[in-house]
Amino acid sequence: MAFGGYAALFIAPDESTMHAIQRIFYFHAPSGMVALIAFTICFVANIGYLVGRKPHWDWLAVAAAEVGVAFNTVVLITGPIWAKPAWGIWWAWDARLTSTLVLWLLYISFLLLRDLIADPDRRSTFSAIYGIFLFLDVPLVYFSIRIWRTQHPQPVILGGQGSGLDPTMRKVFYLCWLALTGVMVILIRQRYQLERARNEVEELRIEAERQTPAVGQV
Amino acid sequence: MGTWQAATTILFKEVRAEFRARELLNTTFIFALVVVVLFSFAFDPTAAESRRFGPGLLWIALLFAGSLMLQPSFAREHANDTLDALCLAPVSPFAILLGKILANVIFLGACEVLLLPIFAVFYNVALVPVLGRLVIVLALGTFGLAVTGTVFSAVAAQARMRELLLPLLLLPVLVPLLLASVEATAGLLSDTPELQRTWIELLVGFDVLFFTVSWLLSDFLLQE
Repeated sequence: MAFGGYAALFIAPDESTMHAIQRIFYFHAPSGMVALIAFTICFVANIGYLVGRKPHWDWLAVAAAEVGVAFNTVVLITGPIWAKPAWGIWWAWDARLTSTLVLWLLYISFLLLRDLIADPDRRSTFSAIYGIFLFLDVPLVYFSIRIWRTQHPQPVILGGQGSGLDPTMRKVFYLCWLALTGVMVILIRQRYQLERARNEVEELRIEAERQTPAVGQV
Repeated sequence: MGTWQAATTILFKEVRAEFRARELLNTTFIFALVVVVLFSFAFDPTAAESRRFGPGLLWIALLFAGSLMLQPSFAREHANDTLDALCLAPVSPFAILLGKILANVIFLGACEVLLLPIFAVFYNVALVPVLGRLVIVLALGTFGLAVTGTVFSAVAAQARMRELLLPLLLLPVLVPLLLASVEATAGLLSDTPELQRTWIELLVGFDVLFFTVSWLLSDFLLQE
């Protein structure tokens, strides 16, 4: 799946009407959508953990959050690369840019929180609680920033992208979106398995310590 | 014991503890004051300018002060393991949380009462004509800050570096609250003062949403 997507990216140039730089759009916009999907998965996993208390929900949550942050980072990096030639500036405090940045900050703090809680059970529970708060905050962030920015209109912004895509471009766009979603699924699966393996190692270590109790203390 | 009764008991316990120690309010108030003063060095506070950035300054000071003040709310209980004792009490976890939230609302409110006149004098803002409406904005903003701050303080209390972590957890989540409060306050301090409905609705939405979620999740938050 991912393979097809990459191929499509290199076939896509034919359709670009702008300069070559416009091609980044096939990565940029789908990444944003995929990040949102990943965060939604994280949210579902958070709820699942609190309801069922099964560790695999927690593994899924951390996997989805990390992959989501990765895609979100892609959006934040490809955005300015495109904006510099298109708008003439790297960054503008436009509604979308700002909310994407805040979204990134939110989930970075989610991952930080996980790093800082040592006890596995507590880590899962409390990060799940925080994750639920985060996700519910996202619509509020989008909404508030949108009103805020329409109240203070910005002169530049709203270039590029063109309203209504050319049919072939749309196909490529959806293909890329599908492909990136596929990449997301694969990454989340990998990360999930990594987390599971890590968990097993942890349990084995505890088990081993229990069997040879005096080693660490003397 | 009903939820409400238990919550007020916790509330009085918190207030009494604070009244005896008198550490939280003093430090928080002075901290907020320092922020307000420092801002005047960062920006030149002429009359027109201060009207423009005044509301933002006020709320940033409150948010920073709040994120520091709310930190001990649960961390303090860890010192003597009193949280375990609280959780053993035959009251719902939500009552404990509610008591702490209300106590924090009172502490933050006290801070604001002290800070507002000084802010008005320093930045030459006429607060008195819009005081009634300003109180609405402050109350909604403070409640939202106290709810999220108290819950996150319970979360951060589980982690290492909790002093640093709470602002980190709290501030990004508070972006909508900050925006709404700042804009609503700015609306009140403009030449034609008015209470902008959208922002008030957003504040109410924020408060209601997070209060409800806190209520739903309180069992998980305080189960240890």
